[in-house]
Amino acid sequence: MSEILAKYGFLIVPIIKVAILVLVVLTLDAYLTWLERKVIAHIQARWGPHRVGPHGLLQPLADGIKFILKEDPMPTGVDKKAYFFAPFLTLMLALTSLSVIPFGPDITIFGYTTNFGIADVNISLLVLFAITALGVYGIALAGWGSNNKYSLLGGLRSSAQMISYELALTLSVVGVLLIAGDFSLKHIVEKQAGDLGLLSWNIIGMSKDHGSFTQIIGCICFFIAAIAETNRVPFDLPEAESELVAGFHTEYASMKFAMFFIGEYTSMIAVSSLFTILFFGGWLSPFPASWTLTHYLPSVILVPLGLWVFYDGTRYETILGRIILPGLGAVFTLLGAGLFLSSTVNELIQGPFWFFAKVGAVLFFYIWMRGTLPRFRYDQLMDFGWKFLLPVSIANVVLTSAVIMWRMK
Amino acid sequence: MISGVLVIFFVLAALAVFGAVSLILQSHPIHSALSLILVMVSLAGLYLLMGAEFIAAVQIIVYGGAVMVLFIFVIMLLNAGVEERTNFSKMATFGGVPLALALGGIIAAAIARSSGQLPAPTAAAQGALTSTRELSKLLFSEFVYPFELTSFLILVAILGAIVLAQREN
Repeated sequence: MSEILAKYGFLIVPIIKVAILVLVVLTLDAYLTWLERKVIAHIQARWGPHRVGPHGLLQPLADGIKFILKEDPMPTGVDKKAYFFAPFLTLMLALTSLSVIPFGPDITIFGYTTNFGIADVNISLLVLFAITALGVYGIALAGWGSNNKYSLLGGLRSSAQMISYELALTLSVVGVLLIAGDFSLKHIVEKQAGDLGLLSWNIIGMSKDHGSFTQIIGCICFFIAAIAETNRVPFDLPEAESELVAGFHTEYASMKFAMFFIGEYTSMIAVSSLFTILFFGGWLSPFPASWTLTHYLPSVILVPLGLWVFYDGTRYETILGRIILPGLGAVFTLLGAGLFLSSTVNELIQGPFWFFAKVGAVLFFYIWMRGTLPRFRYDQLMDFGWKFLLPVSIANVVLTSAVIMWRMK
Repeated sequence: MISGVLVIFFVLAALAVFGAVSLILQSHPIHSALSLILVMVSLAGLYLLMGAEFIAAVQIIVYGGAVMVLFIFVIMLLNAGVEERTNFSKMATFGGVPLALALGGIIAAAIARSSGQLPAPTAAAQGALTSTRELSKLLFSEFVYPFELTSFLILVAILGAIVLAQREN
């Protein structure tokens, strides 16, 4: 086994990693829509999806089948090349952006050490920005190619919005780059490790390292710009339904619509991952490394959660729910117990556990905002981007460089 | 000797040439702009192949992203239609065609006369290309005056754009 891996590992391992990542991310996307509908429903005092499967858990599956089986009409007078190319481009770029994100520290399986991500590029941050820069075309082409005035307006708004906020997005990261002195996301995370746990993350920046400085301004600017880049509430003007029907994807149906949808949720995951890596220490635990007892936290969360799902499932109204939910609960409980017993596996999942916990928190924040905030007006959006966000991020660059210069003396 | 790098080079080069030809032949401005994006991205791939990863990323961010988005944005905003085609003008027949042939001949001759081997890059140039850190060190030490002058030029251009935009009101 190890001989084969040593010889052909460079070819086999990435293929396996890509397959796993695509599978995990597409499932995550599907359940993110479920979570979003559930959370917003509860914010608005509704139930949300609850018919298909227990607690509506099979709703994503039903949606997927619906997307595949629906008729896919093409409006007349569309620009065929742009119309067909746009959804592919959107989905492709969104999935590609995940390839440079490190989900955890390097791992060793069967004596083969590899990075916990698909590619470990030393300019990974720049690669991500390059992909974001190309991301505008999917939406702009969809809007222009659809031969529909609402689509065109949506596409135009989106291009203008993305150009405006890309500047603030890039500049808000410069502070972190100055501290890390590196474009590699892996090194940016490693630079945030310290004896102080979460206090040495870039957002607080109390690392013993002389070049560290709090990046809270950059963090806020990055988050606002990132929401605008992913076209989410309160910056979802490209698809403002009360003015533009559905904006750039008005004329898309069936699987092509689903591709835009999956692309949007995948870029949400990518942006949340980047946010976590840049400001919240990536895969690092928020506790100091000496607190080894916190390594059992995954089990401590999984076992009670599993037991509660099991208990809740036995009382569920439908027969299907009384089978699925206790089964799910049992799986959670066994996973938690297994992690408690096997310390090697437990150590292996520490990094990914914290990474996905943080990304999950950021994604929840995204959904929470959608349930809370009203949409910006278009001129407010442009004013905010150019007259507030951009100057503040430039000020952050100047401030951070000044502090680093001063501390180096 | 055909290595993987060579195969990737020819694929990217073919894409770049295809994009450039399609840029001229397409009759719709948006399709032309898209072809230009293809050229830019293929060029970025070629830079990456030469080990200039920073330049490759910046090529996509600045040219593939910012500049071309602006092109597309303006074309969409003006809602430019299909271009009108004219037949070969006299200028093109008597000036353009011979000149294009001459240029092609010169390039072909230069390639034919070369030994088939690229001159080995000097150590300094190699280091400057492979590491972003080295590149920025060079920019801010050896080439600091051209660099600052370029920044100044860009600043003047930005001010000019603002003045032109203000004049409308």
